[in-house]
Amino acid sequence: MSDSVSQQIEQVVKNNDVVLFMKGTPDFPQCGFSQRVAAILNSYEIPFSAVNVLLSNDVREGIKAYSDWPTIPQLYVNAEFVGGCDIVSEMHDGGELEELLAPYKK
Amino acid sequence: MAPKPEEVVDMIRQSIPDAVVEVNVYSGDDHFELRVISSSFSGKTRIQQHKMVYAALGEQMKQAIHALALKTSTPKENT
Repeated sequence: MSDSVSQQIEQVVKNNDVVLFMKGTPDFPQCGFSQRVAAILNSYEIPFSAVNVLLSNDVREGIKAYSDWPTIPQLYVNAEFVGGCDIVSEMHDGGELEELLAPYKK
Repeated sequence: MAPKPEEVVDMIRQSIPDAVVEVNVYSGDDHFELRVISSSFSGKTRIQQHKMVYAALGEQMKQAIHALALKTSTPKENT
């Protein structure tokens, strides 16, 4: 991964409280797992940024190297990697996600 | 093409010997569900636990991982 891509990713992760790297957009998700995480985030009515990795293969592969995590979607809160669809769903079901996202409610 | 359940169990057991592994393969599409229970997960975050399973599944499973729904727990959490 080139420095510029990793710097771009670092910037996005640091400059957005809640950011989801996904396939497609929250309104037009292009994969079931991405759709599920976007829907979960929408249910909390918190502002979040979304990066459509399908627009750049560098970002699509770069984000996997950045977090050492093999799949998309990837959720970051307060510049920390939270997880992919499985972990976000499990945290959502267990109430942990609500706690984590509480500070970012409108 | 989703892997055969026995393949998945063997691969995981090679890296996580005490793992109890439950595999559900959905023949319709190539999604598969995996539950892995191991005492070696204790004290680790979910992310670390999942990374252990991904590492156990290895390189040739990289493609299959996209269709994987994974749940990990320690024996205590599972009771």
